[in-house]
Amino acid sequence: MQTNFIRKIIFDEKSRALLIQTLVIGLFAVFIYLIAQQTAYNLEKRGISSGFDFLNISAGYDISIRLIPFSSEDTHLRAYFVGLLNTLMIAVCGCILATILGFLVGIIRLSSNWLFRNIAYVYVEFTRNVPVLLQIILYYSILLNLPKIKQAFVIFDTFYLTNRGLFSPSPIFKEGFSIVFWSFIFAIFFSILIKRFLKKKQEQTGKQYPIFLINSAIIIFTPILFFYVMGMPLEFDSPVLKGFNFKGGMVIRPEFLGMLFGLSIYTAAFISETVRSGIISVSKGQREASQALGLKSSFVMRLIIIPQALRVIIPPLTSQYLNLTKNSSLGIAIGYADLVHGFGGISLNQTGRAIEIMLIVMLTYLSISLTISLFMNLYNKSVQFKGNA
Amino acid sequence: MSIVTQNFSRNKYFNWAVKNLFSSWVNTIMTIIAVIFVYEIGSFFLNWSIFSADFKTNFEGEIITDRTLCSKNIVPGEYGACWAIIYARWDQFMYGLYPVEETWRVNLTYALLPFAIIGILFDKLPFRKLFIYFTFIFPFIAYFLLYGGPGLSTVGTNKWGGLLVTLFLGVTGIGLAFPLSILLALGRRSKMPIIKSLCVVFIEFIRGVPLITLLFTANVMLPLFLPDGVNPDNLLRALVAVTLFQSAYMAEAIRGGLQAIPKGHIEAAEALGLTYWQTTRKIILPQALKIAIPPIVNTCIGLFKDTSLVLIIGLFDLLGIGRAALADMTWTKLYYEVYVFISLVFFIFCFGMSRYSLYLEKKLKTDNS
Repeated sequence: MQTNFIRKIIFDEKSRALLIQTLVIGLFAVFIYLIAQQTAYNLEKRGISSGFDFLNISAGYDISIRLIPFSSEDTHLRAYFVGLLNTLMIAVCGCILATILGFLVGIIRLSSNWLFRNIAYVYVEFTRNVPVLLQIILYYSILLNLPKIKQAFVIFDTFYLTNRGLFSPSPIFKEGFSIVFWSFIFAIFFSILIKRFLKKKQEQTGKQYPIFLINSAIIIFTPILFFYVMGMPLEFDSPVLKGFNFKGGMVIRPEFLGMLFGLSIYTAAFISETVRSGIISVSKGQREASQALGLKSSFVMRLIIIPQALRVIIPPLTSQYLNLTKNSSLGIAIGYADLVHGFGGISLNQTGRAIEIMLIVMLTYLSISLTISLFMNLYNKSVQFKGNA
Repeated sequence: MSIVTQNFSRNKYFNWAVKNLFSSWVNTIMTIIAVIFVYEIGSFFLNWSIFSADFKTNFEGEIITDRTLCSKNIVPGEYGACWAIIYARWDQFMYGLYPVEETWRVNLTYALLPFAIIGILFDKLPFRKLFIYFTFIFPFIAYFLLYGGPGLSTVGTNKWGGLLVTLFLGVTGIGLAFPLSILLALGRRSKMPIIKSLCVVFIEFIRGVPLITLLFTANVMLPLFLPDGVNPDNLLRALVAVTLFQSAYMAEAIRGGLQAIPKGHIEAAEALGLTYWQTTRKIILPQALKIAIPPIVNTCIGLFKDTSLVLIIGLFDLLGIGRAALADMTWTKLYYEVYVFISLVFFIFCFGMSRYSLYLEKKLKTDNS
């Protein structure tokens, strides 16, 4: 009886799996328990209190780059949101710029011109084989070496590029601008409806309509019309040199620009490779067949090549977006006030609540990553091959 | 007329140029723009880095000992690089603050490192078995040489720096992460739900957060987790973070390889009566790892670049040493020289690895066809 029981455990797959899993979870629980106990002991010994009450204490430091108002009297919780918004801002701007640059370079790499092709190749190899942190620091130091305020580079008489950032006019929205804005939103919705309607009609009658032209006209001219009707409710406040600094306008700081250039130039190199491999993956026959059918070359690209290439491009593009977002945490190296720099750095040093703060920061990044994957997966589903299964 | 065209068409270079550079008007204009672009950038960079640059001495033949002696800081309008900072800080870039009379130990380790790696990289190497044996002994030799032991004085890791730290974190991180990642990848494909979910949670958690938060966590929290007597130094804490990070990414690369193995192989092995571990060791892993090598190498390139992040937690890797050199008043403001030099070092290693990955992909392709 005894031996039978042991035999069953060792030789029966199901009971063996059960045994192994019980052991693993037991060991894991013991491991967690030991660490928790040790940590509690260590915390007590060092006199570090724990809990999340610190979030309501005033932070006591200032953050220069911010999207919402923040002063040193505000709480750590607010510092968290300032940092989170900065992280999201650099991530969104970086992803957009990296996508544009990456698609451009990816297409240039397939150019028929040997020199263009190889310039793009050299760019890709040099940027993706050098650490992104090094590139961020390098671009930042280039930006810091720009001329001083007095000798600023002037671009179109409105932008001033200096070692303290890019000074540009700031928009002032006057009464009635919200109507212009809503008319713009309305125009977008309306154009979507028109697109659906005309597509349906095209399917029924076979007649092609200039959907793109009609819709761009609607989207561009509706807001302009409302803009004039409302009496041009928008003015610009230009920066003016007064004494040692610019007055008025707004400034894009070199920390932000350094991060933006570093992240997008680095990530664009990877995106260009995925774009290139996506376009190559569309078989030559597809292009030849569409040309044989008499499609214009712009139609071949838009209707045949790109929809098929997107299927290959989207999954690796998603992971590049995720990488860019995670790399945006490197702002700490040049003083860009993102989540890790402000909340995860200064708040941590001031309150000493390492465990709580790192937990919050990590969970935040996890949720950002999961959100990006979710949306990109949805988009991916919409471009994937839809066959009759 | 036709003879002339024929003569031209026989000229290989001419044909190539017409096809690749001047096939149409647009193409010709693009070529001209590209030539101007390459010429401008290239001549500027060559002038800066070589032709009007200072190496050990400045334009008067004086040996440069601080930045005020650089030609560009004496002659107005001169902009050439001042590489003297690299010469002056060479030892730090290579060894950090390693004692000068002991640096031969680091040099010896650097010299032995290729022999430890070469056996893994090339499978048709003569005496490959010997090299593989050496790979397994190498960590002990390296530990003995770098850290010290009987007969050699101890050099604490706080003295390590520069390329030594970069290579140490890169090579050790990859070496330790490899077995861990195989276990994680197998665990993720396991039929046991608890083991599978533990592995999935671990991998997805690590891949979802930035390395810098892991480094912070290891740096701040590892001492809190451990009993009093055990207090790993900074380098070891960074190594823990880097290893865990790399193992998650490598596990995903290996999982890709595992998924490529047809189910029939596993079923056949089971039908022959092989146990799980026999099947895994003799049938699945040899095939899966072979397929997974190119993506594994890619994660290794990523890790090697990411080792530069340790400067944020106060370690002096190549980039950290570079920044320390720039913080020194005698050399301050020579940013571009330092950053270009470090970029070049990283580029050589990473480009080398990516070439190796390409070579492997080509080799695997011919094997299959």
